[in-house]
Amino acid sequence: MPDRDLDLVEMPSLTPVSTMEPVDLVQADGGVPLTGRRARQGKLGVVGWLALSWLAIVVLLAVLAPVLPIDDPNKVTAAIARQPPGTDGHILGGDGLGRDMLSRLIWGARASLLIGTLSVLLGLVLGGLFGLVAGYFRGKSDVVLTGGFDVLLSFPQLVLALTLVTVFASGEGVSATRRMVVLILALGVVSIPVLGRITRANTMTWSQREFVLASRALGAKQREIMFREVLPNVLPAMFSIALLGVAVVIVAEGGLSLLGVGTQLPRPSWGNIIAEGRSELRDAPHIVIEGTVVIFFTVFALNYLGDVVRARFDVRESAL
Amino acid sequence: MPVLVRRLVHLMVVLFCVTLFVALLTSMLPGDPVNAIAGFAPEEQKDEIRDRLGLDDPIPVQYGRWVRDFVTGDLGSYWTVTGDRPVAERVAEALPVSLQLMFYAQLLALVFAIPIGVATAYRAGSRFDRGSNATAFGLIAIPNFALALVLAYYVGVQLDWLPVSGYVAPSEDFVEHLRRMALPAISLAVGQIAVYMRLLRSDMIATLQEDFITMAKSKGLSPRRVLWRHALRPSSLTLLTVAGLNVGTLIGSAVVIEVIFSLPGVGSLLYEAITARQYIAFQSLVAIIAIGYVVLNFLVDVLYAVLDPRIRHARS
Repeated sequence: MPDRDLDLVEMPSLTPVSTMEPVDLVQADGGVPLTGRRARQGKLGVVGWLALSWLAIVVLLAVLAPVLPIDDPNKVTAAIARQPPGTDGHILGGDGLGRDMLSRLIWGARASLLIGTLSVLLGLVLGGLFGLVAGYFRGKSDVVLTGGFDVLLSFPQLVLALTLVTVFASGEGVSATRRMVVLILALGVVSIPVLGRITRANTMTWSQREFVLASRALGAKQREIMFREVLPNVLPAMFSIALLGVAVVIVAEGGLSLLGVGTQLPRPSWGNIIAEGRSELRDAPHIVIEGTVVIFFTVFALNYLGDVVRARFDVRESAL
Repeated sequence: MPVLVRRLVHLMVVLFCVTLFVALLTSMLPGDPVNAIAGFAPEEQKDEIRDRLGLDDPIPVQYGRWVRDFVTGDLGSYWTVTGDRPVAERVAEALPVSLQLMFYAQLLALVFAIPIGVATAYRAGSRFDRGSNATAFGLIAIPNFALALVLAYYVGVQLDWLPVSGYVAPSEDFVEHLRRMALPAISLAVGQIAVYMRLLRSDMIATLQEDFITMAKSKGLSPRRVLWRHALRPSSLTLLTVAGLNVGTLIGSAVVIEVIFSLPGVGSLLYEAITARQYIAFQSLVAIIAIGYVVLNFLVDVLYAVLDPRIRHARS
């Protein structure tokens, strides 16, 4: 099947590449590009450390939320409704109903990070497995799996997620937990083809390397070669895309919240905090702005670290 | 052109799978759609409606009927107690709005991205280049719905420069049309500017190393001419492909942006179909969006092959 390698979507790789300075195909394919010399060398640098610290703090706060000395995220104090940051011991102010913003943002981090990591993990496991099989065995399984990826990629991602959540968790009487599970599954399904394609592309290159041939000559089983020889080499690429994926999913949950099918209220998520703040924009803009700022820093940090990983492991495949 | 035929077959297969997938999903929607139309009607009347809509037929039959209707332009109807309103009618009103919005967003993105991309490629490593890169990286991290809300607050409410909701057709009042479209289009464009700019930069840096550029320079052409006439042309092909793929992101974002700014586009229809449980409308709308996206990418692929002789020859 030499033809499939020339899939027109992957065409940028056919443009003649200069011998002087190799062009990064990830960039040429519109992925989030590298910034700064540090990131380009795969080193963390000051920004990298800041990004890592921000994520560490957010994760820590989210995990420790139940034991932190903060208000219950659903406790209503009428006096602080719509009050700006700094009111009466409420550092970040109150939301439209008078719930403590700091507490809601910390509890919201739990939902947003949970959805972000679990759905990408799902995409990573299933997409990774499908991509590995397709790229290693080629032939029929490749045609079928790549076809499946193509069908899923034929939907704009947010529209597909919106459709899945609407079908499986909308309407009256849907519990918050069911909504959460369906959100994770839906956004996971959306990330399968993205992660599947990058795994497939990487698997194809690594499968042709000498050590794989040597392993086969030594009589290793297919499964052993796939998981012991090929997979470890493909992992860095998957991981760098997965970091970007978490960022994309956190934003997507926000988009779904604005369409009324994000995390079920009153359980907070960064997305539905912004969505709820929309109606208070005139009197209490700090609700939307605080939500935006935490999403911005988190997405920025994930993108930056994804680039560092990508530069360090020299990931050059087009997939996103 | 055998490439075209193969792509066309591929397109048909993908379209079949996509629409079947949508039909399957819609059939799994919770609740009895008849209850949404006539919740309090007696059973016989409910059966009659069910019969008329063919809701008890097997899924392949329903799918076949839906495809037949769809290709003849019948997108189903909104169910109401008082009477049906064809979905196609609403789509015909809404589609131009969405297309205008996406056109303005793309135009805006390219108008900013191309000059900055070219300039940063030409002066790669300069302070301007580094500044632009850092800015682009930041812009990518702003969710566009959040940007939309912040813009609506500062530009719309605080400064009161632009209206923040509603739509005016260009034929009615073109200036007002642009004023209403400005904030939604900017919200969509900002992230795209960063993507295109970075893409063009890295692509053009590679192009600028090519022999034909050295040739053009040694002929004594001005840097401006070399950049815009010789270097930009091959890179514009990459830009075209990515612009095609990017439309997927753009459509998804546009749905949210339309709802935020109350623009009566396809996104708003989709939102309305979900909240009002209009399942046939929902199925047709999702299918329209997916088909539009697939066909657009098909056209970009074909255009790409036509424009770039290297690809035509590599494939034949």
